[in-house]
Amino acid sequence: MSQNDQKRFDLSIDDASPYYNNNIPSLQIKIRFLFAKRDYSKANSRAPAMALSRLSSRSNTFLKPAITALHSPIRRHVSTDTSPITIETAVPFTSHLCESPSRSVETSSEEILAFFRDMARMRRMEIAADSLYKAKLIRGFCHLYDGQEALAVGMEAAITKKDAIITSYRDHCTFIGRGGKLVDAFSELMGRKTGCSHGKGGSMHFYKKDASFYGGHGIVGAQIPLGCGLAFAQKYNKDEAVTFTMYGDGAANQGQLFEALNIAALWDLPAILVCENNHYGMGTATWRSAKSPAYFKRGDYVPGLKVDGMDALAVKQACKFAKEHALKNGPIILEMDTYRYHGHSMSDPGSTYRTRDEISGVRQVRDPIERVRKLLLSHDIATEKELKDMEKEIRKEVDDAVAQAKESPVPDSSELFTNMYVKDCGVESFGADRKDLKVTLP
Amino acid sequence: MSSIIHGAGAATALSTFNPVDSKKLVSPSRTNLSVRSQRYIVAGSDASKKKKSFGSGLRVGHSQKLIANAAVATKEADTSASTGHELLLFEALQEGLEEEMDRDANVCVMGEDVGHYGGSYKVTKGLADKFGDLRVLDTPICENAFTGMGIGAAMTGLRPVIEGMNMGFLLLAFNQISNNCGMLHYTSGGQFTIPVVIRGPGGVGRQLGAEHSQRLESYFQSIPGIQMVACSTPYNAKGLMKAAIRSENPVILFEHVLLYNLKEKIPDEEYICNLEEAEMVRPGEHITILTYSRMRYHVMQAAKTLVNKGYDPEVIDIRSLKPFDLHTIGNSVKKTHRVLIVEECMRTGGIGASLTAAINENFHDYLDAPVVCLSSQDVPTPYAGTLEEWTVVQPAQIVTAVEQLCQ
Repeated sequence: MSQNDQKRFDLSIDDASPYYNNNIPSLQIKIRFLFAKRDYSKANSRAPAMALSRLSSRSNTFLKPAITALHSPIRRHVSTDTSPITIETAVPFTSHLCESPSRSVETSSEEILAFFRDMARMRRMEIAADSLYKAKLIRGFCHLYDGQEALAVGMEAAITKKDAIITSYRDHCTFIGRGGKLVDAFSELMGRKTGCSHGKGGSMHFYKKDASFYGGHGIVGAQIPLGCGLAFAQKYNKDEAVTFTMYGDGAANQGQLFEALNIAALWDLPAILVCENNHYGMGTATWRSAKSPAYFKRGDYVPGLKVDGMDALAVKQACKFAKEHALKNGPIILEMDTYRYHGHSMSDPGSTYRTRDEISGVRQVRDPIERVRKLLLSHDIATEKELKDMEKEIRKEVDDAVAQAKESPVPDSSELFTNMYVKDCGVESFGADRKDLKVTLP
Repeated sequence: MSSIIHGAGAATALSTFNPVDSKKLVSPSRTNLSVRSQRYIVAGSDASKKKKSFGSGLRVGHSQKLIANAAVATKEADTSASTGHELLLFEALQEGLEEEMDRDANVCVMGEDVGHYGGSYKVTKGLADKFGDLRVLDTPICENAFTGMGIGAAMTGLRPVIEGMNMGFLLLAFNQISNNCGMLHYTSGGQFTIPVVIRGPGGVGRQLGAEHSQRLESYFQSIPGIQMVACSTPYNAKGLMKAAIRSENPVILFEHVLLYNLKEKIPDEEYICNLEEAEMVRPGEHITILTYSRMRYHVMQAAKTLVNKGYDPEVIDIRSLKPFDLHTIGNSVKKTHRVLIVEECMRTGGIGASLTAAINENFHDYLDAPVVCLSSQDVPTPYAGTLEEWTVVQPAQIVTAVEQLCQ
C-alpha cells in the first residue's frame, strides 16, 4: 500500500475521512447518549483541561506517539499497587425489579492499569484487523469491536475462568479477554492452521474451551439458547458458576431470546443475559427496530440493570452484582449502553445511518480508553509518557503478532475432512472424486 | 452384564428358524449361530395378511407377532440362551433410555411433556419419577430454545436427549440443528463435541394431517456433521437408542408414529446396534430392496407375494440414513445386480434420491438395470384416508416394480 493510501486509512479512523457521507436521513437521529452525565467531582478535577488538550492531540494517540508537553521531570515507575481505591461511576445504574448496585466500585491501581493495557491491546488489534481486511488478508465478514472494549475487560475483572461467556460474531475482543493470544486470533482471521479454530471457523467462530469461552456465532440470536444451555449444565453439575450470554440490540428482538429467558427463569438457571446496546442493529437504529428500546426491562418478570457500557468499572460492578444475583435468584438482564466506532462489519462504512459528528462526539466524550487514561493520570498511577510508552509497546506486540500470523501455514487439504465427526470413525468420507477414501467403516 | 455388540457387514448370519415351530411363529433366539448360505422363506403373521399396514396409531391392537427379522451376527453360540422378554417398541426405547440414564449421570432428557405426563408416546414414561425433574425436563413449547439449550449443555459435556413431540416441530429448531449441532465441532476446530440425541416420531400416520405427517430426514440429510438413524423394530430401536446416546456425535433418531406398538422379543442382556450399519432383513438372490422405517413392513408384505410368485428379493433395512452403509449395500448390489429403493420420503430430494445417486456413482458397473426408487408423492399429506393411502408406497406397487425390474 502506498504511503498516501496508508495515510488515508489512518485518517479514516480519525473520522476526518473522505468516506463521510453527506446524505443524512431527514429523520432526526437521536443522539441522547452524547449527553450522558459526566461526574467530574470526585475523580477528575483536572479533567476538563486535560480533555481539551486531549482533543487536540487526539489524532496522535495511537498513530504517531509523540512526546507531549506533560512529562514529569522525575522518573517514576508505574504504580502497580493492589491496595484498594474506590471510584464512583459516572453514570448511575438504572434497575428493573431489583436493587441497583452501589456506584462506588472497589478497584486498585493494578486493575485500572490492566484495564488500560487490555483495552489498548484490543483497540490496536481491531485497527490492525481493519488494515488487514483492506489488504485482503482477512476475507469474508469481519465485525470489529472497537469502542466496546470496556465491556470485555470489565466483565473479565468480575468473573473467573469457570464462568462461561458466549457471544455473537463480534467476538475478537471477548476472545482476547478470555485469555486468547493475539497470534491465534490473527491466524484464525487469516485462515491459517495455527488459528484458534485451526482456520476452519474464521472471524465469527473464535472459541476457547479451556477458558470457558463458547464462541463466536454467526446467526443473530442463536447463541442465546446455547447460553441458557450452558447455564443449565452449570446448574446440573452444581458448578457454582454463571454464564454470560451476550447479544446485541438487534438480537434483542429475536423470539428465541424470550423463549430462552422463559426457560431460564422457570428453571432458575444461572444465566446472565447481556445486551450490548450499541444503538444500531447493522444499519437500523434502535428507535426504528424496537417499540420498547429499554432492553433491560424487556425481561418483564426477569430483573434487569442498565449500565454505562463505556465505563469499565461500571461494567465490572454490574457483572459482579449480576453474578451474585444469578447464583441465588436466577437470570438477570444487563443492558450495556455502548457504542461501536466502526460500521457493523468491514463492508459497512458506518456513516450512512449515523453522522460523523456523532461518532467523533462519542469518541471525544465517552471513549473507554480515554476514561481509564484520565483515571490513571489523575490518581497518579502512571504518567502520560509511561502510558504512551505502554501503547507503543502494545502496538509493537500487535504488529509482531500480525507478522507471525502472516508467516503461519494454511491448513492442509486433508484438514477439510477432519473434525467432521469425533474420532472420525464410522464414516466413509470421500474426496471430491469419490474414489479417494478418507476413513472407512470399522 | 455382558454386552453384545452386533457386528457389521453383509456376511451376517441369517435369521434362524426352528423348523419344528414353523406353525407357531416366534422370533428366533438371537444367540444361535446360523448357517450363512441357507435361505429361509419368511412367513408373515396371520394378522397382518388382513391388514395393509400395521397397528392403529396409539391403540394397542392384538399383539403383532413379527416376521423373523433382524439378522445380525453373534460372536459365539451361547447355549445358555436367555429367552429374552417381549415388549412393544416404545417400551424398548424406554428401556434403552433408562439403561443409559442409569449408566451415565450426564444423560438427561428434555422435551415437551416428557416428564410428568410421561411422554406423548409414552417413551419417557416413569423416568421423571425415577430420575427427578432435573434429568427429565418438561420444557415449554419452544423448540428453537430448548434444542439450542440442549446443544449448549452438550458443549460442556452433558448428554441431552432432545425429544421433538413430532419430528415436524423440529423445523422450528432447524437453525440450531443445522448451524450449531452439526457444525460446532468443525468450526471450533474440534474443541467442542456435541453428544446430543435428537429423537421423535415422524412419518405419515393415521390421517394426522399434512403438518403432522412430515418426514424430516430429507431436510436434515445435507447437514454436515450429524448422523441420522431410523429405527424400525423394538430390537433395533433399543440398540440404536443406546448407541446414539453413547455416541460423541450428534445423532438424529427417527422413529415412526405407527410403529410404536410393534411387539417383539428382545434379549435380556445388554446390547447396542452399530449406528452406521444396515440390517439384512431377508437375504435373497434376484433383487436388492433397500428400505427403512415403516416401509420395511410394506416391503416384507410385498415380499410374501413376490416369493409366492417365484422371486427371491433381498431386503435390507438401511437403518443408517447418514452416512449410508455402502458396504452392506454394495455387497448386495454386487450379488443381485438390481436395486429397488422403497422409502416414505418425498420423491424430490429424499433419502432415496441420495441413495440412488450414491449407488449409481459407486456401483454402476454392477447394475443390470437402472435403480428404481419408490417414494411418497410430492404432496402435502391429505387428511382423507383414501388419499393418504395413495401418498405412500403400497405393497402392490412394490410388487409391480419388482416384476418390472426383474424382467
